[in-house]
Amino acid sequence: MTTTQYRVIGSRPVRHDGADKVTGKAIYTADTKLPGMLAGFVLRSPHAHAKIISIDTSEAEATPGVHAILTNADFPNVENKIADLGEGSVNLSYLSANCMAQQKVLYRGHAVAAVAATDVHIAEEAARKIKVEYEVLDSVTWVLDAMEENAPLLHEDIVTDSMGEKADKPSNIPVHLHFEKGDAAAAFEEADGIVEREFKTATVHQGYIEPHAVVADYNEDGRLRIWTATQGSFTCRQQTAEILQIPLGNVLVTPCEIGGGFGGKITVYLEPTAALLSKKAGRPVRIAMTRADVFEASGPTPGSFMRVKIGAKNDGTLIAGEAWLAYDAGAYPGGMIGPGCMCVFSCYDIDHAIVDGYDVLLNKPKTSAYRAPGATQVAFATEQLVDEIAEKLGMCALEIREKNAVKEGSRRVDGPVYPPIGLVECLDALKQSEHWNTPLDGPHQGRGIAAGFWFGCGLKSSAACTVNSDGTINLMEGSTDIGGSRTSIAMQLAEVLGLEAEDINPQVGDTDTAGYTDVTGGSRVTFATGMAAYEAGRDLQQQMRTLAADLWDCSADDITIGEDGVFSGNGKAVGFKALAVELFAAGEHLVGRATVAPECPTNGFGAQIADVEVDPETGKVTVLRYTTIQDAGKAIHPSYVEGQLQGGTVQGIGWALNEEYFYRDDNTMANASFLDYRMPTMLDVPMIDTIIVETGNPEHPYGVRGVGETPIVPPPAALANAIYNATDTRMTELPMSPPKLWKAMQSEQASE
Amino acid sequence: MPASKKVHVTTTINGEDTDFLCEPRHSLLEVLRDNLGLTGSKEGCNNGNCGACTVMLNGRPVDSCLVLGAEVEGAEIETVEGIACSSNLHPVQECFLEGAALQCGICTPGFLVASKALLDKDPHASEETIRFDLSGNLCRCTGYDKIVRAVQAAGQKMATKV
Amino acid sequence: MPTVFIPAQLRELSGGTQSVELEAKNVREIVYQLDVMFPGFKDRICIDGNISPSLQVSIDSVMTSRGMIAKVQPHSEVHFIPAIGGG
Ligand code: FES
Ligand code: FES
Repeated sequence: MTTTQYRVIGSRPVRHDGADKVTGKAIYTADTKLPGMLAGFVLRSPHAHAKIISIDTSEAEATPGVHAILTNADFPNVENKIADLGEGSVNLSYLSANCMAQQKVLYRGHAVAAVAATDVHIAEEAARKIKVEYEVLDSVTWVLDAMEENAPLLHEDIVTDSMGEKADKPSNIPVHLHFEKGDAAAAFEEADGIVEREFKTATVHQGYIEPHAVVADYNEDGRLRIWTATQGSFTCRQQTAEILQIPLGNVLVTPCEIGGGFGGKITVYLEPTAALLSKKAGRPVRIAMTRADVFEASGPTPGSFMRVKIGAKNDGTLIAGEAWLAYDAGAYPGGMIGPGCMCVFSCYDIDHAIVDGYDVLLNKPKTSAYRAPGATQVAFATEQLVDEIAEKLGMCALEIREKNAVKEGSRRVDGPVYPPIGLVECLDALKQSEHWNTPLDGPHQGRGIAAGFWFGCGLKSSAACTVNSDGTINLMEGSTDIGGSRTSIAMQLAEVLGLEAEDINPQVGDTDTAGYTDVTGGSRVTFATGMAAYEAGRDLQQQMRTLAADLWDCSADDITIGEDGVFSGNGKAVGFKALAVELFAAGEHLVGRATVAPECPTNGFGAQIADVEVDPETGKVTVLRYTTIQDAGKAIHPSYVEGQLQGGTVQGIGWALNEEYFYRDDNTMANASFLDYRMPTMLDVPMIDTIIVETGNPEHPYGVRGVGETPIVPPPAALANAIYNATDTRMTELPMSPPKLWKAMQSEQASE
Repeated sequence: MPASKKVHVTTTINGEDTDFLCEPRHSLLEVLRDNLGLTGSKEGCNNGNCGACTVMLNGRPVDSCLVLGAEVEGAEIETVEGIACSSNLHPVQECFLEGAALQCGICTPGFLVASKALLDKDPHASEETIRFDLSGNLCRCTGYDKIVRAVQAAGQKMATKV
Repeated sequence: MPTVFIPAQLRELSGGTQSVELEAKNVREIVYQLDVMFPGFKDRICIDGNISPSLQVSIDSVMTSRGMIAKVQPHSEVHFIPAIGGG
């Protein structure tokens, strides 16, 4: 446990961008208006899978008010080049074809053409006049069907890659992963109890309230300026430049305020299209997706099929695990199967395990990350099996988790060994919690628990701080602020320098201004960009020490810098601000800078408790009470840490109970609106209690771990366990919506 | 199809007499955002399911994406831009900030307008009332906990101020 | 000497051997030695002479982005694992 007393860290200042965001002044992408700006509209495929035979734009072109029309012919040919986008890599030809379909459309909503006009209604009307002739092909949207030998093939040129070994004929399975630790087959022989089940989860969407939007202005000198809703301005710049085949340095990306992302705003969808429209029209162009576009044509997160098995000794020791996982990739390779495989047993120290994972192409939009991508699905499976085997062995659900929880030195199924981590501490906090110790015994009520894990990454961040003549600081960083990160970063700088949070003026810079910074994602911003700000502060202090030595007529070595940021030497003791003012007056102006690239995962563990009541007549689940516990390492701004825990949890509750893509018989999505894709409203959830555990991350100066992702992992499992305890019915399919639960309860009763 | 003739509309927005021209098909949300530059009201769905576009129309909260611009002739409209008075934040804005009731902030304008409408009627609204009344406003970031608490806190502030 | 774990999918090349100890200062030296011991190893994990972008190298608890030039310590544990992103 960290015991250090901090002045700023752990306090709850009002965020720096707060007033702008409560008065409507904050500028999001769709609020951006440039002189002469046109509106763009993207025409999308009505079919799940079809060959594009021809596109006739003549009638659309003749529409008054239309300035430019774009089809796949306008997109440069990009080769099969793999680009490293900081957080994951991508094949550029797929990325480009996902922005504008080439020979085939691979899902309903796939872009086929775009129009720029003086107003969005004119653009839409004109786009509807574009005649696209399709040859409709057979399609597939269920992962196991897509794996069949005779399934409709999405890509003729994709063969299965098994860690570098290529299959000899094409299929819808671009990747097969396989992990082995110990000897699982032998261990299952030794097991006293074994449980095995099959699970299914539906495709779900991140559901950010702001639809994707972009403004592009292609200058006559070849310079392209982009204002956009992105989680990472630098990766947006790279993707756009590579797709358009223009020099990276010609592209300037300004990240506007962003209305949520959760992993879904990393890939580019609209930027290249808006840029090319702007180039053709010679005027800036804004495109915003409709909500239906967001559902049908951005990147939801994978649906899955999973078969998981675990074995234990009579004393509750888990000794063997086996998992067979198939995840939707969507229309292009690169789903979340890797982390799925690596997370299926990530909370438990199981000596013998074997995991197979398949990334599967099907006629859905290309999947994207969504908070702890790939981990929620497998937790739904494993965390239920752990409960089930505990019951079989006569143990309590908490006891078996405590007995098998991973700790420092435990080996993951993919090989690496954990450094110090906090799962045991989270389970302990759960055990001590008032919630756990308050009995729940109403009719049709049940309590469930589950644990969860996400890696949390480091990647690259930069920060620069300019000292003002009054000793306050302008902090320039490059992390899009989706949930108060300006403040959590500024607080770390304030702490190191001995300033208040309000003394720092944090700015999120564009790609010409800020130092290279990877995406706001992977739970990394407060950790890594915070670390960059801390280091920039240290850089400033070193410069000031050298300069103060002249001022104070002593050697720099004689000057010490205290925890409170006070410089002491030669009989003097001066705080940061006063010294900065003095130095400025003496002609010294200061800029501190730092770049960091921490490479150790921050390893975020959590545990949750759910209480539910199930209506036996309808199968409707009411969440009565919920507690989310997580190891934050050190909470910089506890309110925003709680907010991450609560927000992730409620997204997980939505995933568990309601959210799913419904497909019609022709494999097109039937519920592409917020009315029919039911995300939790205020009325659907209770208060979410939080317990922040702080075990301290040795890799960060203040002990920070990423917290953004883990909270979404346990809810479906915790709720499934609660539903089982309320109804004796095991739910193996997400969402556990009233019709599904009702049916399952009926068949449970029938089988009794 | 030629764009239909524009309609001239006279209205009051945030206490100021305002008139504008719009096409019959333009929603109030489009008029506010595109014609009048009041981009505080947000578009999350454009079909009445998220509440990000909530404004007050003659004293009642409405989804401005479901109202036509041409319909508001003679009406009084208040938007998020009109909630703060001169340089002071309204208690509901203060409490959202102090209570960290926003993360990305895209839902916030709609929540502020709807919350103020509720609290003007009933500053002591119970948690249940708040959850019922604001259930037309979606927030994907916060899990609602801190929003509910901020609305409760604002109600208390408003009640003691009077 | 650093311990290198052979990914399960490449154990067909190593005849089932799960890990080996070898003298090496960086990942490149490991990969080249493994390729001598288990012919074909390099082609399975490298593209154009670099670690395949779909993989990353884990050295002790660090997931390095330095690929072939990442340094290893005498007691390091080295793994080749799938690259992961995040939301
Ligand atoms: S934009 Fe009006 S309700 Fe969503
Ligand atoms: S704060 Fe992001 S949607 Fe509410």
